[in-house]
Amino acid sequence: MARFKLFLPLGLFVALALLLARGLQLDPKALPSALIDQPLPEFSLPVLGAEQILSRSEVVGEVALFNVWATWCISCRVEHPYLGHLATQGVPIYGINYKDDDAAALQWLQQLGDPYRLSIVDAEGSLGLDLGVYGAPETYVVDRSGVIRYRHVGVVDERVWSEILEPIVTRLRGDG
Amino acid sequence: MWGQAILRQAYLTQALLLCLLLLPGSGWAVIETYEFSSDELRERYRVLTNELRCPKCQNQNIADSNAPIAKDLRQQLHRQLHAGRSDAEITEYMVARYGDFVLYRPRWEGPTLWLWMAPLIFLVLAVLVFLGSVRRARARPGSDSGMSETERQRVAALTGEEQP
Repeated sequence: MARFKLFLPLGLFVALALLLARGLQLDPKALPSALIDQPLPEFSLPVLGAEQILSRSEVVGEVALFNVWATWCISCRVEHPYLGHLATQGVPIYGINYKDDDAAALQWLQQLGDPYRLSIVDAEGSLGLDLGVYGAPETYVVDRSGVIRYRHVGVVDERVWSEILEPIVTRLRGDG
Repeated sequence: MWGQAILRQAYLTQALLLCLLLLPGSGWAVIETYEFSSDELRERYRVLTNELRCPKCQNQNIADSNAPIAKDLRQQLHRQLHAGRSDAEITEYMVARYGDFVLYRPRWEGPTLWLWMAPLIFLVLAVLVFLGSVRRARARPGSDSGMSETERQRVAALTGEEQP
């Protein structure tokens, strides 16, 4: 018993060191989303480049990505080619054009290609606020019944897709 | 005489400039102003903007941050205050979107209860450990000094006192 107690400080030190080492590896900027396992918020917003008002029920029904983007967002330009690649693979992606200028957004899609089924115009950022968006780009994985299953903040690239997003999408598709 | 006066003025100017440098820059970070229908609303706005945390620039509250998202949240806060929403409702609205993270004053419930209770738990643990060690020291046979026989002899030799 006495010998066991001798090692107690060492044990405490190791436990604390492990805790702090874990803390160092976490990204302090990656916030857990409050909307995980919550339904995609209701909205009624125009579609970019079309005379149409879109609501939530028109975009749910299959496993899809919702990508928050804007022309003022530099990282969005970085991830744009990869989204195009995903779209050609048949991954449904909806755009949420967040606090942007319609003309600039249309020009962007014309120049760089349009990976989106359609882009929802969120000029005021109201849908962004309901989603808890705090910086573009953000990508949400939404399941068949319109429930948000995952949120990725930052650029979606090959690594993020194959390591994080693709397994989730595959699992959700397999859920039947 | 003249030279001295000019010199004094130069010192004064320098001192003033130094004072200006010491002023906090964050005071000017927020530019938009809001009209309030009552002082009570203004006060609640002040308190809430100080207690809500900016999700983008994580170590600032939304009163100090000039990030676009902080501006949106201030606007939302102002709108909701004037719509007659209570502080609890507004807090609930923010937490539903940005999680417990947005509150600089965590709520007294759920997982954040641990944040509030942890200091108390550690204090109780510390007191228990302290009392335990005191009791053990008391229970030890011999004197209260906790010295062994040889140590006591050595002290006696060093201080030149006779052994008891």
